[in-house]
This record gives sequence, C-alpha cells and structure tokens, in this order.
Amino acid sequence: MSDDDETVSHLTDKQKIEITKWFLLNSPAGEIQYVAKDIRAILKNEMVYRTAAAEAFPLYNKSHMICLEFPDRSGEVMVTTFNEIDENEYLDPRTAQVAMVDHVKQVCEDTRPANDEELPSSYIEEYRFALDAEIMKYVSEVYPKGVCSVYCVNGKDVEEPGSDFELVVIICAARHSPQNFCNGSWRSIWNMEFKDELQTVEVRGKLKVGAHYFEEGNVQLDANHECKDSTIIQPPDDCAVSLTNIIRHHETEYLNSLQTSYSNLPDTTFKDLRRKLPVTRTLFPWHNTMQFSLTRDIQKNLGLENSK
Amino acid sequence: MEAAMGLMRRIPPKHSEAALSALLSLLPDHSSDLLSQVDQPLQVLCDVDSGKEFILCEYNRDADSYRSPWSNKYHPALEDGPYPSPELRKLEIEANDVFAIYRDQYYEGGISSVYMWEDENEGFVACFLIKKDGSKTAHGRRGYLQEGAWDAIHVIEVGPEEEGTARYCLTSTVMLSLTTKDESSGTFNLSGSIRRQMNMDLSVAEGHLCNMGKMIEEMEGKLRNSLDQVYFGKTKEMVCTLRPPSELVQTRLPDS
Repeated sequence: MSDDDETVSHLTDKQKIEITKWFLLNSPAGEIQYVAKDIRAILKNEMVYRTAAAEAFPLYNKSHMICLEFPDRSGEVMVTTFNEIDENEYLDPRTAQVAMVDHVKQVCEDTRPANDEELPSSYIEEYRFALDAEIMKYVSEVYPKGVCSVYCVNGKDVEEPGSDFELVVIICAARHSPQNFCNGSWRSIWNMEFKDELQTVEVRGKLKVGAHYFEEGNVQLDANHECKDSTIIQPPDDCAVSLTNIIRHHETEYLNSLQTSYSNLPDTTFKDLRRKLPVTRTLFPWHNTMQFSLTRDIQKNLGLENSK
Repeated sequence: MEAAMGLMRRIPPKHSEAALSALLSLLPDHSSDLLSQVDQPLQVLCDVDSGKEFILCEYNRDADSYRSPWSNKYHPALEDGPYPSPELRKLEIEANDVFAIYRDQYYEGGISSVYMWEDENEGFVACFLIKKDGSKTAHGRRGYLQEGAWDAIHVIEVGPEEEGTARYCLTSTVMLSLTTKDESSGTFNLSGSIRRQMNMDLSVAEGHLCNMGKMIEEMEGKLRNSLDQVYFGKTKEMVCTLRPPSELVQTRLPDS
C-alpha cells in the first residue's frame, strides 16, 4: 500500500460501522433519513452503511416511538419496545393486528391478524380498552398531532382479579417542518402497575421533549422528566378515567414547568453565562482604554518588575 | 465536506466534539477543512510563569505546543515556534489586558485570551477567545445552572491601512450549553452554536483595539440576543406547537 492510500482511512470496517451507528442514533427527532443520506455520502461504502443502518434504525425507531400507517390506511401502528413481537413485527392492540415493518424505510409493509396468544385475555383487554378510549380522547384534546397506544406488558394472560398486571400508555407528538428548519417531539411513557394485594395502581411517567432549530445554526432543546403517582384499583371504566386524569395533571404541570424554564432564561439562567449589559450598565469604553493601560503600567511599576 | 457540514448541523451541539473526531477519522484527507470550519469547545492550559490560565486554539498552536498570551512562552516549551513581531506583540499584550476587563464586566468570571499574528497581505489577524463556565460550582454568580458553558471565538482579519482607514472582517462563533435540574421539572437543557460575519471599514484614528473591541461587543450582543430571542424562542414555539398551553386550547374551542 502506498502512503497515499493509508491516509484515506485507517479505520477498520467494524469501527466505521460503530461511528455510523453513533451518528444515526444521535439524529434528532424526524431527522434520521437526512443524517443517513449524509453519512452514506461520507462513507462511500454500501456494505458498511447497510450493516450500520440495519442495526441503528430499529433502535432509533423504537426510542423515538415512530408511528407508521397501515398500507391500507385503515389505521396506524407505533413502533416501541412494548409492543414488539419480533424485530420487524409490532402489535396494534386497537385493531388486533400485527404490522410488518421495514425499519430502514420507516414504513409498514403489511399486516396480519394477531394470534390469540399475542393478545391479552378478555379480562385484561377490558382495562386496556377502557384506558385506550380515555387516553385517545385526552390526546385528541391536547395534542394537535398526537398519537397514543396502550399495551399490556405484564400479566396479559391474567383471567380474573387476584393477580398483578401492568399496562403501559404511550403518547407521542412529533412535528417535522424542515422547510422552517424546525423539528420536535414530545414522548411520554406511563407505566401502570396494577397491584392486586394492595388494590392500587402505581403510576410511573417518563417524559421527554426535544426540539431542533437549525436555520444558520444548530440549537436543540433536550428536556427530561420523571414522575410518580398512584390510585386505587376500580372497575375498568372508572380506572381509565382516574388514570387519564393523573396523566393529564402531570403532563399539564410539566408543560407549565417548561414554560417557566423558558421565561427564566433571559434574566436568570442566561445571565449566568453572559450579561446583556456590563455590570456598569453602559457599553464598554473602548475609546478610553488608555486609562486601563495606564493603570496597568502603574501596577507594573509598583510591582517588582519594571515595565522597561 | 458538504455532507460533513450537514451532519454537524443536525447532531446535538453537546456532542459536537465527538462528532468532529468521528468525522476526522472518517475523512482524514479533509482534516484541515474540518478543523477550520467546525468550531469545537475551547480548552485551557495554565501558564507556568504567570500562574494564569489561557485558552488553546488553532491560532496559538505549533506542533503540540500552545503559546500563552501572558508569558509569550510555548507550553510545553518549543524550540522555534512562531511569535508575533515586537510591535504586534505590544498590541497583543494591551488587547489581552483590556479584553480581560471587558470579559469581567459582561461575564462576571470566565477566561479570555487574545492572539495576533501577521498575515500575508500586510495586515494582521487577531483572535479573541472567551470561555465561561456558568455552572453553580464554577462562575455562575446566581447559582441557577447545573451545567453552563459559553465559548466565544472572534477572528478579525485587519487589512492594511489605506488613507487612514482599514477593513475589518470579523467571524464570530458562540457555542453554549445550559442545563437546569430540579425535582419538580426534571432536566432542561438547551445547547447550540451559531456563527456570523461582519465587515466594516473604519478609521484607525482611535486605534485598532478600539475598532476591534467595538465590533466584538456589537457582535456578541447580537449573537446573545438572537440565541435568546430567535433560537431558544423557536424551540419554545415548537414545544407549544406539539402541546399548546391550555389557555390556547380553551380560547380556540368556541370557534371550532
């Protein structure tokens, strides 16, 4: 190999795959296809790109909980770790279908009816269905472009009272407006643990809000919050209402706290980085810096070393 | 290169260092382009002679050593590193002193360094750097920030003097990240970088330092303002588009 060839790249394919995955996984919400296009152009190596994409896209899609339309447009499926049957199959309990997903293209290619063993028991389904209905109502009220889903992640075969089970509520709202150089997403995950012995439902929420503005610059918001609450087990319809109220309460509070963080920026938080005006409250006297130089000379002369 | 710059516009600014080193390893042939076009967070070293910290950048680097503006010595020591001419060094010393006062008045802390060197067309180039750690454990006077970093890089090309005026071309970059964290609202992080240019023909009657300083002050004010009003504002707008505050929902309902 000549010296010239060596400078082209000293990385192994394995290292290149790792780097490519890193870029793909760090793409902001809704931007992985743009990042993929750029990194692919830089790599000029289809094998490396394809290997990295095949590994990174499923992880990205699940962590961003992307929502894909069924091929016949009869509904949509969310891609999350909670409804994953295998890497390319995701359950939509609302229509009792399983969606076949192409991760890299980010499309749903086909659907099939879910098997009985993939669906929860009718006892669980009553809770899941009632909660799904309430959450759908709530999401359509507060998120102009929100999607949501409710899955059973533990104890889906429980047939009657007497055992624990767990539901998870996913709420996702994304906006992509590349023509305005702006993208963003709101993601919440609410785990609901139904504890039979205590007759309580333990609620754990994880909220993540991101926004990216990139017209002649690159500025990103990354906000995360976790919270907890609980309620008592009631019949499915009542339970659905109180759980939805808990979510509504915490999400509204969180939105308020985001607003507060923003309104605190100019006078408190941002000021700790740089003030708008100097401590003297007047522009810096650049025309008069001789006086500073004189002060310096005096200080030097008073010190041990002479300025000459 | 275009694709590399495209990636730098998308990857979260807080990961820009990692992204740059990844790009450098993928594109070794473009390393000088990448290093000159992608700004990265500033590093500091301590000047062993003066005990003061100084900022490292491409402009005070030779081989693996960096020249301190305080002692004018390379760290680690270097046999034949380049130095500004005695006349320019005099201006550099003055600029460092004055800029430190400017920095203290606006930043209430932080570190600054100014470097100057002659360029090929009878003028010179000056680089003004500021690094501020505004977190509550460092120089954050008000103690609101869990983490807070502001890095400003101002490079001014000063053209040769003609009939009492000179042309000043300023390119400024600000990189920042701020995080607040508490029980009730979780972690809230905004990070970003923007770069702008400004050109001016100015009379040199009041001196180069006065002209450069005024331009930098104006530019920093503009950058801070557009980060605050435009860039942060746009991300806030996005949040309110995702989930409009309830007052908006309620006022909109009667219409629909």
